[in-house]
Amino acid sequence: MKRLSIYFLIGILFGIIMIKSEAASWFRIYEMFQFKSFHMFGIIGAAVTLGVITTQAIKQLKLRSFFGKEIKIDSKANLIKAPLFGGIIFGLGWALAGACPGPIYVLIGAGYFPILVVLFFAILGTYCYGWLKPRLPH
Amino acid sequence: MNLLTEPWPWYIGGPAIAVVLMLLLFTEKRFGMSSNLKTLCTIAGAGKKISFFNVDWRQHKWNLMVGLGAVVGGSIAATYMSDGTVGAIHQDVVVELNEMGVYGAGEAYMPVAFFGNEAFTNPKTLGLLALGGFLIGFGTRYAGGCTSGHAISGLSNLQLPSLIAVIGFFIGGLLMNHILLPNLL
Repeated sequence: MKRLSIYFLIGILFGIIMIKSEAASWFRIYEMFQFKSFHMFGIIGAAVTLGVITTQAIKQLKLRSFFGKEIKIDSKANLIKAPLFGGIIFGLGWALAGACPGPIYVLIGAGYFPILVVLFFAILGTYCYGWLKPRLPH
Repeated sequence: MNLLTEPWPWYIGGPAIAVVLMLLLFTEKRFGMSSNLKTLCTIAGAGKKISFFNVDWRQHKWNLMVGLGAVVGGSIAATYMSDGTVGAIHQDVVVELNEMGVYGAGEAYMPVAFFGNEAFTNPKTLGLLALGGFLIGFGTRYAGGCTSGHAISGLSNLQLPSLIAVIGFFIGGLLMNHILLPNLL
């Protein structure tokens, strides 16, 4: 239970960051795909730059977690078609609804309740993927 | 600049997201918000019919807690950490959106027509939100991750599939933004 509350607190921090940085804003996502502002590219670029440094430091220095275990970072499955086709489908939805899965939760909290429609159909979409998975190219 | 109430510039927001990634790595987890959609399918009983969902959802409780925390964090930020101002949106974008009937850019956080309660009574808006949600849910699981799992976590781990996924996100996003959306709105 103690550990679960740590993740709850990390989630609160994440929610605040998404709202304050405007990464959960439909307008910001629209503006990003118009290449009219550096804002979103700056956010993603800065997060990835620091993320690369942290992740590589953890791997090279074999750093331990707060709980004392060596941190293992597994790679995602080495596929090409699935991330490309899936990525394109996700991108279509991202640019339409203006929210990716993280901000969906954040926007519920912020009181933009029609996002619940997005959440419900995102769950349905995930279900349909699981159903069609054996028939899709990966 | 008052960081408590004003919108954050990218150089605060971006590093702050990296801090979330670090906190999750140092608590032995990977940053990836879309997995919760799969876990919710499993909890709803999808595993009985489809083996993809036949997993022990208790292993993913931590991520549901991150999601729940995100709801609370979103509420705290919107209620107590906002003076109602938003960052400036490029004037071309404001004009273009107004021409398409989408108002509020640079004035409100979200377009009211889509995310105000009036959306619930507009069948077209509900249809667009539903379509967007479905594409997000289907695509993210097909791709094996979303903006957090691929773009942040995956690129940080220098994974080729994540780079391919991010390229895919932008192909789909640009297609929707420039070609489909003007016809859908």
